[in-house]
Amino acid sequence: MTRISLSAAKAVLAAMAAIFLSSMPAAAQSIDETVNRIFADSTGWFVSFIFASIPGTSISWIVVWLVVAATVFTLYFGFIQFRVIGHSLALVSGKYSDPDDAGEVSHFQALATALSGTVGLGNIAGVAVAVSIGGAGATFWMILAGLLGMASKFTECTLGVKYRNEYPDGRVSGGPMYYLTKGFAERGLPGGKFLAVLFSIFCVLGALGGGNMFQANQAHQQLSGVLGDYPGWITGVVFAAIVFAVIVGGIKSIARVTEKVVPFMGVLYVGTALVIILMNLDMVGAAFGQIFNGAFTGNGIVGGVIGALIQGFRRAAFSNEAGVGSAAIAHSAVRTKEPITEGFVSLLEPFIDTVVICTMTALVIIITGQLVTDPETGLYVINEAGQVTTATGATGVGLTSAAFESAFSWFPYILVVAVVLFAFSTMLSWSYYGLKAWTFMFGEGQAQELTFKVIFCIFIVIGAAASLGPVIDFSDAAIFAMAVVNIAGLYFLMPIVKRELESYLRRLNSGEIKRFK
Amino acid sequence: MSAKFIVGYDGSDASERALDFAIGRVKLQGGAVVLVHVLEWSPYSFLTPSELEERHKRRTEELERAEKALIAPVLTKVRAQGVEAESKIRYGHIAETICKIAEEMGAVQIVIGRNGHTTLGSRIFGSVAGHLAQASPVPCTIVP
Repeated sequence: MTRISLSAAKAVLAAMAAIFLSSMPAAAQSIDETVNRIFADSTGWFVSFIFASIPGTSISWIVVWLVVAATVFTLYFGFIQFRVIGHSLALVSGKYSDPDDAGEVSHFQALATALSGTVGLGNIAGVAVAVSIGGAGATFWMILAGLLGMASKFTECTLGVKYRNEYPDGRVSGGPMYYLTKGFAERGLPGGKFLAVLFSIFCVLGALGGGNMFQANQAHQQLSGVLGDYPGWITGVVFAAIVFAVIVGGIKSIARVTEKVVPFMGVLYVGTALVIILMNLDMVGAAFGQIFNGAFTGNGIVGGVIGALIQGFRRAAFSNEAGVGSAAIAHSAVRTKEPITEGFVSLLEPFIDTVVICTMTALVIIITGQLVTDPETGLYVINEAGQVTTATGATGVGLTSAAFESAFSWFPYILVVAVVLFAFSTMLSWSYYGLKAWTFMFGEGQAQELTFKVIFCIFIVIGAAASLGPVIDFSDAAIFAMAVVNIAGLYFLMPIVKRELESYLRRLNSGEIKRFK
Repeated sequence: MSAKFIVGYDGSDASERALDFAIGRVKLQGGAVVLVHVLEWSPYSFLTPSELEERHKRRTEELERAEKALIAPVLTKVRAQGVEAESKIRYGHIAETICKIAEEMGAVQIVIGRNGHTTLGSRIFGSVAGHLAQASPVPCTIVP
């Protein structure tokens, strides 16, 4: 193992050195341009397929797919997300955990790990993208998508635990690739294996896109905003080196520090947002007015109401990953005799991620007046790129930063640290999800794992160098492609979840399932 | 049913002193020594995805190691002195877990050693001895 990773490390270092040296005479920016062009050219067809409109309309089919799925799960399980939330909280706080299982993965830990994979740039940059394209109204659709998405998450995480693989040495592996294979086989349906492999392919792409390039890209944008403009590939190489040290070199201390600091940054971010909202309490009503009004009128954005809806749903799905299947991988390690309990716990995730954190970001952007409106008509001023003009001209994470800065001038510095750490922890989570999909396809083994990890690190450099447009399109497309396969499978497997749910609720009500505290 | 003396044992010099004290008590008044080893653990800590995957395996390994390398040799040593002894290995908050075991077993006393932390250290991090002195359900002896 040591020898393999050492020689690989040398190869990667040599490649990095080659890139570095070859760039010295030329203008460093031109590397970024080349990377950007090649990347946009080679992924364009995939992106246009995923975001293709339903013929005769301007609605992309993928958004309809996500909305319909979340609605179907919500209705099929009888608004499960509102019925069991109290029980979910009791499970997370350990009231139903057997004390003899202490030392095993708790519900809280599975939730926290899954959350640290989803809470991140989607909440900071994604929301900014949503409101700058879709206006304040996009927030309404985002919240709705978050609430509905709780049912999707519930379904997939229950299945993730139920059909996980437990190896003789005590390790566990779970996720859509396992429930698609085993669940379909159990129901006597064909095609489970095919869907599982298809999911794995898209999961690898999603890991490289949203879980990697988008993160590197936004981290670079944020860093160069504070440090002054410099070529993106430099950020990429630094990030790649650190990620490489963790996932290939096995330097656990870096990962451990991140896991400790990330929750703290999350609390700090939400706390600051809350302070800004409280300071402007009188404007909250007006902000919600804008959100509701925009949701049903569009307020002059390109694409009107549909444009706002599409942005809201797109960014919500990207942020909370409900229906995407990634969370099922993280949740499946929990120690429980009842798979459904992890479903109950996981439905808190879209709530925390989207309904609480994303909404706060949106409120701060709206309250601090970042979206420019025409004083006469009350409609948004649209720039030539088809986006809402912002007070400082910033987009993406820059917009969120500007919004917080208008209240606290020092906040951009905190936000840089937060963005870099969130990006890093999301990358670590997704490198794991991607790896699981990769080894599902190519088998477990040192060589296979190393191949994926090296590819993952190379994409960090590409992501940091490319410009936001192509990266965000590819990231979305790959993550939504996962949702296409995963949700198709969930439709066939949801009766299994229903059976588990009914049996569990019956035993809970009869007192057969006991509280320990 | 013999009187049970719970000894918080982690292999340190302080815990050896506590064990010696408890053995002395048992020899005088009869009863049994219960060696309790607690692996510090919080269900609210944060783990990476790969740590989640390996948690069950690690737990099994940690329990085995504690049993084999730490507790088993001491049990043999104590029993060789003609003192009845048993052991418990648990995960959790050290002081709370010791209190819980004492209650469950109906122990007569808890005996623990003290590491002699600096005042500042224990003010910030708290100390097991301090916590037990406050929360123990049965008389608690802290052996210096």
